[in-house]
Amino acid sequence: MTETLSIIDLHVNVGDKPILKGVSLEIRRGEVHALMGPNGSGKSTLGFAIMGHPGYQVTGGRIELNGMDVLAMQPHERARAGLFLAFQRPVAIPGVRMADFLRHAATNIRHPERKEGEDLIPMRQFRKELSEKMRDLKIDPEFARRYVNEGFSGGEMKRAEILQMAVLRPKFAILDETDSGLDVDAVRLASQSIAEIGGHEMGILIITHHEQLLEHNPPDFTHVLLGGRIVETGGAELAAQLHKQGYDRVRAAHPEAAADEAAMMETSTSPPRSQAPPGNEIIYAK
Amino acid sequence: MATDIRNPVQDPIGEINKYDFRNEEKFVFKARKGLNREVVVEISEMKGEPAWMREFRLKALDIFYSKPLPRWGGNIAVNFDEIYYYLKPTQGQVKSWDEVPEEIKSTFDKLGIPEAEKKFLAGVKAQYESEVVYGSLKAELSKQGVIFTDMDSAVREHSDLVRRYFSTLIPAADNKFAALNSAVWSGGSFVYVPAGVKIEFPLQAYFRINAPNMGQFERTLIIIEEGAQAHYVEGCTAPMYSTESLHAAVVEVFAKQGSRFRYTTIQNWANNIYNLVTKRAAAYRDALVEWVDGNLGSRLTMKYPSIYLMEPGARGEVLSVAFASTGQHQDAGAKLVHCAPHTSGRIISKSISRNGGRSSYRGLVRVMKGAKKSKSNVVCDALILDPRSRSDTYPYIEIEEQDVMVGHEASVSRIGEEQLFYLASRGMTEHEAATMIVSGFIEPLVKELPMEYALEMNRLIELQMEGTVG
Repeated sequence: MTETLSIIDLHVNVGDKPILKGVSLEIRRGEVHALMGPNGSGKSTLGFAIMGHPGYQVTGGRIELNGMDVLAMQPHERARAGLFLAFQRPVAIPGVRMADFLRHAATNIRHPERKEGEDLIPMRQFRKELSEKMRDLKIDPEFARRYVNEGFSGGEMKRAEILQMAVLRPKFAILDETDSGLDVDAVRLASQSIAEIGGHEMGILIITHHEQLLEHNPPDFTHVLLGGRIVETGGAELAAQLHKQGYDRVRAAHPEAAADEAAMMETSTSPPRSQAPPGNEIIYAK
Repeated sequence: MATDIRNPVQDPIGEINKYDFRNEEKFVFKARKGLNREVVVEISEMKGEPAWMREFRLKALDIFYSKPLPRWGGNIAVNFDEIYYYLKPTQGQVKSWDEVPEEIKSTFDKLGIPEAEKKFLAGVKAQYESEVVYGSLKAELSKQGVIFTDMDSAVREHSDLVRRYFSTLIPAADNKFAALNSAVWSGGSFVYVPAGVKIEFPLQAYFRINAPNMGQFERTLIIIEEGAQAHYVEGCTAPMYSTESLHAAVVEVFAKQGSRFRYTTIQNWANNIYNLVTKRAAAYRDALVEWVDGNLGSRLTMKYPSIYLMEPGARGEVLSVAFASTGQHQDAGAKLVHCAPHTSGRIISKSISRNGGRSSYRGLVRVMKGAKKSKSNVVCDALILDPRSRSDTYPYIEIEEQDVMVGHEASVSRIGEEQLFYLASRGMTEHEAATMIVSGFIEPLVKELPMEYALEMNRLIELQMEGTVG
């Protein structure tokens, strides 16, 4: 029986504002799912809600991991149960070295029953493991001594998130816009890395705008989020089509959702992000 | 109860062990409370001090009486008449391991302090048995002409050298507690490093065979001659317990031309202690002085390590961490005084308060007239872990010269929700996450500590965060 992460009719608010209005999705380990949709459609919200961010309130629906009620778990319990979120803009933890942070995280994830204060993975053993993984991902060994996300460029942040994924080996990984802020080469490297790490073991949900990440991780399923709901599901060809043509066809095919989207955009409190004209690659400076 | 000091070995106090045998016959030691001229004279005679020191003490006593308590800082609720200024046999020491408070004992266990060290730190044993280690170090040092001994011995054996410097940087009139220390001081270190000598390993206070590490009124004098280098380390992360609650220490440091000196303190006094310290260094031409100061305990600490930059090229740095938990008030900071042109200084202060504790930064940067092209920078960061706790900043900046660069940056923060969530998403409980964030906050200081201190410091932070210490 393959392990499954099920999102069932999920409704999520930010403050009073409904963002997700009934999202359903099932991911099995070994599958790659792409979640696409125009800006502001709630893609990141799904990732945060799955992981249990306190700023996002679940107002309806369920999330189950192999039948276990994920919504009843604290964020750290969800991590220890095998969920992982690669953040779009991970926060800095000043003064804490990557190596120490990762060693701590790896210990907790691999020993979910661990109580605070109990021994960590032996330093020597972990250092060896970490340097192997960093070599595989072509990350400079000096990186291990840097303070978590402090002064990292966009590309370094993304690579750090992917490194964590490699070390923690989650069952299910949600990668939030993991290709924004990277140049083309970096995106290719990132997507290759994800493929290597994921292999056939991980269930991956890639939240993305761009096709690049999907180059090495062709999705088994593509879901389109519009106005807080998944309006279409297809395969890899849907992702390619959306990337080439944008979301107009989808909006036209699902007018209610499109109307919801328009309403949400008007009252949106987040700063407007630049929209890429469909079909163009965005290359960001690192 | 009088103690016959003809059998010093039986007495649990290191102080008495130090006395010259020639004093044995003259005195039967009487214990008593309170402070007066008689007590001061007795102290001096017990120690066999030269006349100049006795006179110094008596003058200081008068100054002590004449000075009021400071009206700033913390609340010093001390009854001066109830204190033993000089040792009764078990003063400051418990008679047996059983009397040591439970939380102190369990902290020792958690910090993994070995058996012998535990007893020393708790004051049950007078002496840390480091003779084997220290023996060989001592030989090495004396070959190079280094003097490293306790202050009492130094006054007797190197009277002229001591007299040249003693109290010239911190006169008795400096403040009420410097005056008190000047009158009744006992114990502390004397360090003299001859010109050009560079000592590779840190000089640890507890390597002084003769005195326990937790003297009430320690007096330390350090002289680093031209081009010399040394690192002095004092204190330890294990909680230090003493039955006497008033501790007032004085430290004077002279760093001559081209020398480098660092003084590291990690102190974790138990919750009943008032820890009032006057620490001052004079840095001469092209000399570098660093104070690395970790304050993690006590009921009230008032301590402002200072550096007077006396001649061009002098540099000073103060790195200070204060952690105040329930019932604790850390009023800590630093002072940099630029007395000459082309001098530079830096203060980095990190203060943390949790569970109702109060942590303050109190600092002074003074640039005197004529100290052109001087540079000074202060960074003071406060981390308040919960709404019950408190942090204050009292920065004083006095600039009497135009052509200088003086900067001051301050921040106050809480642990961010985003940080907690990020760490939680990597499997850390909220408490583990908070502890990790706090460790990261003080990292600029911890990375300057000798390795074993750094490890202990991190463990201590974990314990402080649990609230099981002090």
